[in-house]
Amino acid sequence: MSDALLLLAATGLPFIGAIVAGMLPTHARNTAAWLAGAIAIIGLGLVWAAYPTVAAGGVIRHSMAWMPSLGLDLTLRMDGFAWLFAGLVFGVGALVVLYARYYMSADDPVPRFFAFLLAFMGSMTGVVLSGNLIQLAFFWELTSLFSFLLIGYWHHTAAARDGARMALTITATGGLCLFAGVLLLGHIAGSYNLDVVLASGDKIREHALYLPALVLILMGALTKSAQFPFHFWLPHAMAAPTPVSAYLHSATLVKAGVFLMARLWPVLAGTEAWFWIVGSAGLATLLVGAYVAIFQNDLKGLLAYSTISHLGLITLLLGLNSELAMVAAIFHILNHAAFKASLFMAAGIIDHETGTRDLRRLSGLNRFMPFTTRLAMVAAAAMAGVPLMNGFISKEMFFAETLTAQASLPLLLHILPFAAMVASAFAVAYSLRFIHGAFFGPDPVDLPHLPHEPPAWMRLPVEILALACIIIGLLPAATVGPYLNMAAHAALGAATPEYSLAVWHGFNTPLVMSLLALAAGVTLYFLLQPLFRRNIEGPPFISRLEGRRMFERSMVFLSWRLARTLEGLLGTRRLQPQLRLVVCVAILAAGWAVYRRGLGPGNLVPQGIDPVLALIWVIGAACALGAAWQAKFHRLAALILLGGTGLVTCVTFVWFSAPDLALTQLLVEIVTTILLLLGLRWLPKRLPSTGTSEVMRTGRRLRDLAIAITAGLGMAGLAFGVMTRFPPEILAQHFLERAYTEGGGTNVVNVILVDFRGFDTLGEIAVLGVVALTAYALLRRFRPAPDSVDVPEQQRDQSAYDIARPERREGDTVADWLLIPSVIARLLFPVVGMVALFLLLRGHDLPGGGFAAGLMGSIAMILQYMLGGTQWVEARLRVLPLRWMGLGLLLAAGTGLGALLFGRPFLTTYFAYADLPLIGEIPTASALLFDIGVFALVIGATMLTLIALARQSVRGHRAAAPRVSATSAPAVPGPILGGAPTTAPTGAPTAATGDD
Amino acid sequence: MELILALGIGVLTGSGVWLLLRPRTFQVIIGLSLLSYAVNLFIFSTGGLRTGAAPVLERGMAGSLASHADPVPQALVLTAIVISFATTALFLVLLLAARGLTGTDHVDGKEKSR
Repeated sequence: MSDALLLLAATGLPFIGAIVAGMLPTHARNTAAWLAGAIAIIGLGLVWAAYPTVAAGGVIRHSMAWMPSLGLDLTLRMDGFAWLFAGLVFGVGALVVLYARYYMSADDPVPRFFAFLLAFMGSMTGVVLSGNLIQLAFFWELTSLFSFLLIGYWHHTAAARDGARMALTITATGGLCLFAGVLLLGHIAGSYNLDVVLASGDKIREHALYLPALVLILMGALTKSAQFPFHFWLPHAMAAPTPVSAYLHSATLVKAGVFLMARLWPVLAGTEAWFWIVGSAGLATLLVGAYVAIFQNDLKGLLAYSTISHLGLITLLLGLNSELAMVAAIFHILNHAAFKASLFMAAGIIDHETGTRDLRRLSGLNRFMPFTTRLAMVAAAAMAGVPLMNGFISKEMFFAETLTAQASLPLLLHILPFAAMVASAFAVAYSLRFIHGAFFGPDPVDLPHLPHEPPAWMRLPVEILALACIIIGLLPAATVGPYLNMAAHAALGAATPEYSLAVWHGFNTPLVMSLLALAAGVTLYFLLQPLFRRNIEGPPFISRLEGRRMFERSMVFLSWRLARTLEGLLGTRRLQPQLRLVVCVAILAAGWAVYRRGLGPGNLVPQGIDPVLALIWVIGAACALGAAWQAKFHRLAALILLGGTGLVTCVTFVWFSAPDLALTQLLVEIVTTILLLLGLRWLPKRLPSTGTSEVMRTGRRLRDLAIAITAGLGMAGLAFGVMTRFPPEILAQHFLERAYTEGGGTNVVNVILVDFRGFDTLGEIAVLGVVALTAYALLRRFRPAPDSVDVPEQQRDQSAYDIARPERREGDTVADWLLIPSVIARLLFPVVGMVALFLLLRGHDLPGGGFAAGLMGSIAMILQYMLGGTQWVEARLRVLPLRWMGLGLLLAAGTGLGALLFGRPFLTTYFAYADLPLIGEIPTASALLFDIGVFALVIGATMLTLIALARQSVRGHRAAAPRVSATSAPAVPGPILGGAPTTAPTGAPTAATGDD
Repeated sequence: MELILALGIGVLTGSGVWLLLRPRTFQVIIGLSLLSYAVNLFIFSTGGLRTGAAPVLERGMAGSLASHADPVPQALVLTAIVISFATTALFLVLLLAARGLTGTDHVDGKEKSR
């Protein structure tokens, strides 16, 4: 098998499995377990297949180009160290899957559990196999995310939700720090490639940015490995199902932190800063964790704190700046994974078979589950460091290291061995409490279930792990020796020291320390018995120092109090001040730029003033001012004036050689006006303001007027400055030269849109589609305000007229309204449609194109709606705007994809001319197909919005019908613009009053 | 010519900004439309004001700036016109929905407390 395939499969398979498991039906417990188990075993097989290469000191690599311009590759890389961790992830993973199959209840959605577990497994593999720092940080955050999902698996309990949230907040924050840290590290080393980084240790340690990078990376590692003072999330993560705890807190999640520290050890360690930060964090965690663990009443809580303590031990070893300590750390990572996973599983078995994990209720289980008792005893002995167990050997190494550690502060060196012994004695005490408390003593009373042995398959993983503890303890060199050696060489390189893995090193100081600690631990446990019997909650002396409470307080402060205060000080929920601020900042920014660069006279002489254009713009300016003046009380007038300004803009485009723009502007103008007219119907009647004082309002208006005038003058100045400068040519020349020769069209603007910048246009029509769908969705749930529900006054008058005359039916007048224009419009329908088609076909060579044609087509249809009425049109013409939109998008994207079939990049166009009978020669570039897509989408999007708005009249009338006349049939909807829009019913209850 | 158009853009901008700062949604929508005319004209003007320049090429010939209008700002503005149409439509629908939901057409969704 090729290296690339092996690495990709090892990282990718768990994620694929996660997706498959996630799609299984909720009760497919066995299928999901088989799937997860198979993937873990395959993963283990893949890791094993890599062993020959890795054992020979080789490194398996596979790189994929990611952002080559930035020198970034996605790299998967497996050396001996990563191999060991990958084996741990898959090996313990397989055991946990087997255990979880029996632990998880059939009532839980088990496939979801395995989906999360597999995804987590993949993320963890990604972390250990990353050959690129940024990639590592990415997978790191993924582990945080999936551990969040796993811890919160039983999301119906508050404890699970809180624990998951806390774990995510802390580990993900650490992950962000780590990301910043690796960016710095990559910057120092000049590459994010792990091989390069590992080779530039001296350069990194001497760099000025070493300390910030170190602190940031350690923030990531220490939070992940639950080191003091970030340790408190781990006990709360015990709300997770026990298999999750067994996996996350023995072999994987928390080990990611120590993995990272060990991975970067050759680069970052060896300095005073490393010793002080890592060493003191490890020492504090070791002691605090062990001390608190003794006083836990929950089995899993005890194990959680013992995990914290053992991680502290590993961290302390890494912090000692000694190669031998590093080897001991790697060894202890392995040992801890073995005994802690089996202990968690044993705790889970107890919980599963008795219904409680409370040490105050449990006792004497030995008589009910003797096998489990033996297994737990073996694992607990390993945890306590009893001789002939695996934990003993790594602990001996730890003691030896504390005796020979080097540091600049001698006092600490004297304390270190004693601290190690004290922690070790605590470990003996809590291990004893676990075993003695749960399995021995009088028979349990009042347990939720009668305890019995678990299913044999559920016990198998514990048996395997306990066996491993014994065999490694008895024959360390023969069992894990080669693997440990390989990992140490991979992590340390040539600096790997000589060491001996043996049970018996003679009667030396570490052995004495071990024996002393053992005796002290046993004594301590029996001395503490009265204290345990008093049902204490939490450890003496420091029970008030609870990390969780501080965390919650700071969370409340940050996310609530501080946020509220800042919002009160700096923010506003009112739109007007926000917009005022935006405009002012824009004015200041433009003013600043002008002030810095100057806006002197340009290099072009202004052309003479044409009186016709001047007159046109006098009208345009008057329209704009009028619209601004009237927009409050006379909306229809403002709308008409706005149209006037639009027409002037349109004429300006024609004047200055832009027929395409003029055409599109004209059509957009028409559609926009119709759209706004349709909206006017639903706005409230505006009455002059009565509330606020005149002085205040005048003040506000004067201020806004000043802002508006400043903006206008500034914009005029800028525009004049720009126009009197010679325009940049390069782009224009480029497109002018290539439009015909390469795009096959003479209308350069159209060729740019559908060919050169076709991708932008594709995005633009997608935006149009999204807008139309949003409008449609919003209007589906539209409820008009109470005062706009009634049928407009004119229609009511007309209906009253009909009702008063016996020969007329209600609605006749409305139906006849604007009869002659509507007949003309019907006759015009095919003509306007032809114009649309004409615009579409000529677009590539002459002004026109998909946008203009689409708008023209919509106008043809909306004209019928306006004059014939919604129901009249819909009885005769089915527009199906959604189909048009779908067709348009598919056609445009499909044309682009079609280029791929011919081996060209996306959206490459082909062009030729076709000679059609009657019509003549038309350009048949594939861009035409694209343009037809644009056309279809524009028709669809415009019609969808317009029809959705138009139908509101029908719906609104329907809602109002009972109120208008209770006896009459549903009111006949007239032409949708039948009622003069600005006349809302007089005396409406909530007519808003005007104010500024 | 330049002066006329610059003043025109200025007046459109001023009117647009004034309306943008008003409290009623309809005023704001009219203001945004005016502002978009101004911005479109401004972008358009960056290509230089040319009367009588050919907008369309001769078949089979490459164009040059000497005789043809600058197509780049035109293409930009064409896109801008369509997008501003879309935003106006979206804003109108939002305006109506907000008015239906809150019963007022004030931009903040509630009448100012007095």
